[in-house]
Amino acid sequence: MADGATLAMPRAEAPGGASLKRFARRRSTIAFLMTLPLIAVIGGLVAWPAGYAIWLSMLNRRMTQFIGLGNFEILLDSETFRMVIFQSVFFAVTAVILKALIGFWLAHMLHHLPAKGQKKWRGMLLVPWVIPPALSTLGWWWMFEPTYSSINWVLAIFAVPAVPWLGEPWWARISVIIVNVWYGAPFFMIMYLAALKSVPEQLYEAAAIDGATGWQKLRYVTLPMMRNIISITVLFSLIVTFANYDIVRVLTNGGPRDLTHVFASYAFQVGVLAGNIPRGAAVSLFMFPILAVIAFFVLRGVNRRTKEEL
Amino acid sequence: MAQVSIRKVVKAYEGGVQAVKGIDLEIADHEFVVLVGPSGCGKSTTLRMIAGLEEITSGEIAIGGMVVNDIPPRDRDIAMVFQNYALYPHMSVYDNMAFGLTLRKFPKDEIKRRVENAARILDITPLLDRKPKALSGGQRQRVAMGRAIVRDPKVFLFDEPLSNLDAKLRVQMRTEIKKVHQTVKTTTVYVTHDQVEAMTLADRVVVMNHGVIEQVGPPQELYHSPNTRFVAGFIGSPAMNFIPARMENGSGALRLNLPNGIVLPVPAERTARYGAMAGKEVLFGIRPEHLTEPKNLDRQNIAVFELTPEVIEPMGMETLLHLWMQGHEVCSRIDPTTPAEPGRPMQVAADLNHMHIIDPESGRVL
Ligand SMILES: Nc1ncnc2c1ncn2[C@@H]1O[C@H](COP(=O)(O)OP(=O)(O)O)[C@@H](O)[C@H]1O
Ligand SMILES: [Mg+2]
Repeated sequence: MADGATLAMPRAEAPGGASLKRFARRRSTIAFLMTLPLIAVIGGLVAWPAGYAIWLSMLNRRMTQFIGLGNFEILLDSETFRMVIFQSVFFAVTAVILKALIGFWLAHMLHHLPAKGQKKWRGMLLVPWVIPPALSTLGWWWMFEPTYSSINWVLAIFAVPAVPWLGEPWWARISVIIVNVWYGAPFFMIMYLAALKSVPEQLYEAAAIDGATGWQKLRYVTLPMMRNIISITVLFSLIVTFANYDIVRVLTNGGPRDLTHVFASYAFQVGVLAGNIPRGAAVSLFMFPILAVIAFFVLRGVNRRTKEEL
Repeated sequence: MAQVSIRKVVKAYEGGVQAVKGIDLEIADHEFVVLVGPSGCGKSTTLRMIAGLEEITSGEIAIGGMVVNDIPPRDRDIAMVFQNYALYPHMSVYDNMAFGLTLRKFPKDEIKRRVENAARILDITPLLDRKPKALSGGQRQRVAMGRAIVRDPKVFLFDEPLSNLDAKLRVQMRTEIKKVHQTVKTTTVYVTHDQVEAMTLADRVVVMNHGVIEQVGPPQELYHSPNTRFVAGFIGSPAMNFIPARMENGSGALRLNLPNGIVLPVPAERTARYGAMAGKEVLFGIRPEHLTEPKNLDRQNIAVFELTPEVIEPMGMETLLHLWMQGHEVCSRIDPTTPAEPGRPMQVAADLNHMHIIDPESGRVL
């Protein structure tokens, strides 16, 4: 690519028509023209809204005055928003860890099933992931709902007292995490299953002969071979989970007492319901720098390993 | 260091494929044994049963006198080199070689000593910090061998270790493997489909076919006195010629009628050996180097007749002739100075001291 482009570099003294032709013939030009629609789409749907959100977050409530980082300062001073930060981080980190662990465990179980049964189980385990989360969360809401809670009903059979699933802050937090894990673990499962299948069987055989127990094969062969997939799925899931909106909105709507709000639901509350659009934008932008830094390091690690090992 | 005993071992895969159909083999301490045979004959299966990577359907395998049927690979004290090396891609060369010792909780300095020693034997010391991805095929092969050597196990197992290398490197690594074995003297079981590899490496060659052992013996013995038509045809390159013929009894001496009307006198000392075949169809087997330009005519049992070469292949130190005998191609090895021309009949001499007669029904060499 690089030398192709240098070779075809139009000379300065070439007459206009010829150099235009040569310009069009350059491979990099053609490549650029062909990706133009995509660039336009990304520009229109990603870059512009993002830039606009940043601009918005620096205006006053009426959007008449530029106030710099004022919205962010006010947010950081607010007890409620500090709770939102805590809850978002707690929610996202706990849920992602649980999803990764459960997804890995499921993938491992599936991987060791005989090929025939595997398909059937894989299909069934994927169901939570294909149901629109707003709908399935509604289902969970019914199960948690205090008057008719089917979960409490089952617990009652074992003489366990009723649990205030959505009424008490810590239980509400746990409920939100349960539903998110239920919804998101199949994604991890399917990614890890693919990764497990791509580890050559002979590496396990070599490890068995080298003296590895089942646990040591997992520790020294499987996990290192899956590091890239694990980092990428965790990163991806972390971003999506931080931005989660529907589960919190449907299950608790931020309650009780605004204690289960995450960034997205709180941004909606502040920006749309309470009508302070700039502050809502500031809420939704809050995680961006932190996630960007995490993404940078994760992707750099992935890149380095790909170069060295694969 | 240990001997390996294989007793009446059968392997049936799920679905009923019998890959190994009851084999017996005793491998002595320090011995280098090569299992050779065509693809699918059950060589790898046999090796993997010794390693413990496949379950033994019936029969018994013992390493160093201990039956290992129910012992997992990690407790068998064996090392294996795979065809595609199976190096751990996320570990450096050093860690790849050290892995087995680390798992067995060897002290760090002992691991270092052994890895560096193996690296010196294999000439890979400058590569110890690299990842397998940054190595060539031949270097990976050496690392895979190093991983086996550092363990100092009872038995080395090799499954087609040279098949992924180009021809030149293969010859070089073959020598290397032999050298390593002469240094460490570990009992070795080596699987290959390449009979040249088998002949050059083995103390004893085990020829397998369709899940059974056809013959076991030192390379020279297999070459000069094969037991079956399969072994006779498999060992040696170019392969032995097989010509259908009729054994006839003429006044106390046996004669062999070839398809093109040539009649060969069977050496007198073999009359008793082949007597039972008199009047029957047999296969006449003779190696290309015993079908040459007329020479040593003063010796006994040299038969000279005329054939026409179709294709002439000069190899440098020798020339191969492909001759046609009534629809049967036969190969002859002549001196490169002997004049030969395609389509021009020429005299060839068969050294009947080295002939083989095969019973076509049983496939046995008589
Ligand atoms: N895992 C397996 N399941 C079923 N059949 C197998 C399996 N592995 C090998 N076989 C069959 O067993 C026979 C011997 O295979 P193998 O030992 O690999 O032969 P080779 O001599 O080429 O190494 C072949 O017919 C092969 O198809
Ligand atoms: Mg094989």
